[in-house]
Amino acid sequence: MLLFFFMVATVLRTEDEKVQVTKPEASELYKVEKKHLIRYINIGMPMDKRYGTEPVIQLNDAFSQPSDVRDWIDKERETLAESEQSKMWVSLKVDQETKMGIVTSVKQELRQASALKILYSATSRARTGAEE
Amino acid sequence: MARRELQEINAGSMADIAFLLLIFWLVTTTIESDMGIKRQLPPPVPDDIEIPQAKEQNVFNVKVNFLDLLLVEGQPLDMDQLKNKAKEFLIATGDGVITHQIDNQEIGKNRDVISITGANGKTNAAFPERKWVKKAEVKLKIAEYELGVKTAEPKDKDAFIKELAKWNGKLTTITLLGGDYKELPSSALISMQNDNNTTYNTYLQVQNELQSAVNELRDELAFAKFGQTYSELEDIYGKNKQDKKTLDKITAVRALYPQRISEAEPRDAGSIYY
Repeated sequence: MLLFFFMVATVLRTEDEKVQVTKPEASELYKVEKKHLIRYINIGMPMDKRYGTEPVIQLNDAFSQPSDVRDWIDKERETLAESEQSKMWVSLKVDQETKMGIVTSVKQELRQASALKILYSATSRARTGAEE
Repeated sequence: MARRELQEINAGSMADIAFLLLIFWLVTTTIESDMGIKRQLPPPVPDDIEIPQAKEQNVFNVKVNFLDLLLVEGQPLDMDQLKNKAKEFLIATGDGVITHQIDNQEIGKNRDVISITGANGKTNAAFPERKWVKKAEVKLKIAEYELGVKTAEPKDKDAFIKELAKWNGKLTTITLLGGDYKELPSSALISMQNDNNTTYNTYLQVQNELQSAVNELRDELAFAKFGQTYSELEDIYGKNKQDKKTLDKITAVRALYPQRISEAEPRDAGSIYY
């Protein structure tokens, strides 16, 4: 019984979501086959209002500044096998109400860190104006 | 003290509980798969580099302001018209006709022929000029580069081999499409610029519509030519990277509709446009 409880509890725990993210909807979605190559950056309002009501960046489990992104990328890249380091994906999970300013600064940092393959995370919907 | 009987746990239902838990665990751990719009960021630009300016007709400009309003090719536009506008740009042949010729067959024939008068008074001046890729010319080029590979100095050889591969690819494309085709000039691209106060949702919708325009055109062409949509072809190739034939088909479709969605270097906007 306990064994099962722990199985459930441990497997489900990914990272703490510290920011509120409602993903936008999009139709042209791409699915990365190898999930272990993806690293996530969350941007949105903090869940806990004590941390303010402006969008913040969450890297792993911590609130961060755009300037932290470069070091974080380097660190995350180290966790991958050398042959796979160039195949790393960065998935941007951004709340749909966020202003682009913070997203742009993160993207600039990603460029500087040469993490160029990115994914704008979104939920699936049908194409607009489907003709024929 | 009365001797208490040792209580036994009723374990009869244990198996059922365990089973249920197992099911629960199986179901909940099918982790939500992460999907999104794929983008390749440009590598960082050194400060001293001068960015070449593309001809205006070769660039499809999309600007989004802080109120999430779109300015497309200098005109305000609704989001739901963006896709068709982008398609017009991609499909235009530059000679006043918005249908696509491959030899004598026409692709995209069901579209309305639209002529748009550009700022300079020329019809369809807003569209990039596609150039013919003709079989005879491609063959000449191949012969030229084959000779080059044979006679070149060792240090130049790689460059020749690369060029040769490029032109061989074009020949394969011609064969697959069944005739000569027109390709977009290499500077033709879709350019997007947004404001720092643009909402992320709007930004992503614009990206999505532009991507959608490219994908739909590709699907249409691939289906007309090969009986499979472009995304199906990509799926097939994704599963088997040795599948040279499918790769050639993908390359052929891409040759006609290249995906060049670029983002302008962000500016601190606000006052600059509008």
